[in-house]
Amino acid sequence: MSQQDILEGLAAIVNEVAGVPVEDVQLDKAFVDDLDIDSLSMVEVVMAAEDKWGVKIPDEEVKNLRTVGDAVTFISANS
Amino acid sequence: MTIALTQTAGSVGTKILSVGSFRPARVVTNAEICARIDSTDEWIQERSGIVERRWAGPDVSVVDMATAAAEKAMASSGISAEALGMVIVATVTHPYVTPSAAAEVQDRIGAANAASMDLSAACAGFSYAVALASDLVRCGTCTHVLVVGVEKLSDWIDHEDRGTAFLFADGAGAVVIGPSDVPGIGPVVWGSDGSQKDAINMTQSFIDYRDVGGDIFPALTMQGQQVFRWAVTEMSKAAQAALDAAGITADQLDAFIPHQANNRITDALVRALALPDTVAVARDITHMGNTSAASIPLAMDALLESGKAPRGGTALLIGFGAGLVFAAQVVTLP
Repeated sequence: MSQQDILEGLAAIVNEVAGVPVEDVQLDKAFVDDLDIDSLSMVEVVMAAEDKWGVKIPDEEVKNLRTVGDAVTFISANS
Repeated sequence: MTIALTQTAGSVGTKILSVGSFRPARVVTNAEICARIDSTDEWIQERSGIVERRWAGPDVSVVDMATAAAEKAMASSGISAEALGMVIVATVTHPYVTPSAAAEVQDRIGAANAASMDLSAACAGFSYAVALASDLVRCGTCTHVLVVGVEKLSDWIDHEDRGTAFLFADGAGAVVIGPSDVPGIGPVVWGSDGSQKDAINMTQSFIDYRDVGGDIFPALTMQGQQVFRWAVTEMSKAAQAALDAAGITADQLDAFIPHQANNRITDALVRALALPDTVAVARDITHMGNTSAASIPLAMDALLESGKAPRGGTALLIGFGAGLVFAAQVVTLP
């Protein structure tokens, strides 16, 4: 699965959870500072990503996922 | 030789006969909370749905609130206090190791023939107590049981902790449970995951505070994201299991009354259970905050009083919290 596929899937999840336009979800965007995803929405994004790609993203790892790119890299490396 | 002893047999069915509640007079706004934490009204509303909450004053105790709610539930139950066989008070904020809050409530309401005990299951306490009360009646141990959920969480908050200071509040709700020809309390689906005991706990023990000291009196502390994840994933399964156990589907519900932990958790559960728009969803947290064991009966009373849920309708209850523990059941509304 390519990074582009993961980015598109993640953008759909972020859109579904927080209503952020799909085109705004880019690799360099920070979840909190750029996309205004709060901590609880982030948990929902993470849970949806776990379901979609069969990865395990523990709570202590979530705080390392600052940008969309961080999340794509983690999912790509662990799925 | 082993002698066969007499055992009791009770009512095949049980139901909630009545509900009553007590809301403390003092309204505490988000602005007042934000005077002591780095937060805003908008942040609090977005994260929790809470607009305001009620805190009881220093002259109003856990037992006072429990008694006030119990008296209202008893008044509309159609039974006398003498008919009660048990008083269960679900609470984690009665500020005495012993005696129990329940013993004092039993005395104050004149339940001369009742046994009494407190039950410690945090935010699941009310649903735990309803399950036990129903089984006491079904087994014939009691004909009627009073269940109270009560908390004075304002005494146990770190008012400088931005993760919890805005969340917790005070109040009481009570129900009377008795026999019924038509079964009105479905099987409980409950459980416990003590491996997550640190998700919601106290900053330190009272003994350590006495002997070692610390910056603040022992207060509630919570890992919000951990609790949110657990609640959203595991509670939707428990809620569905309670529907299955009662033999009904989500579209047969009139109301969904989850523990008022956080509107965002309620939103996620409503989505996961695919509840149709016809189901009234309790949002008592908006004006009451999170009142732990009191939140379900408070929300039940509010839904009935406002007419949003019909008397005699069917409601799904689910309590979940520190332990971590949970309990869910379907009930017929009084």
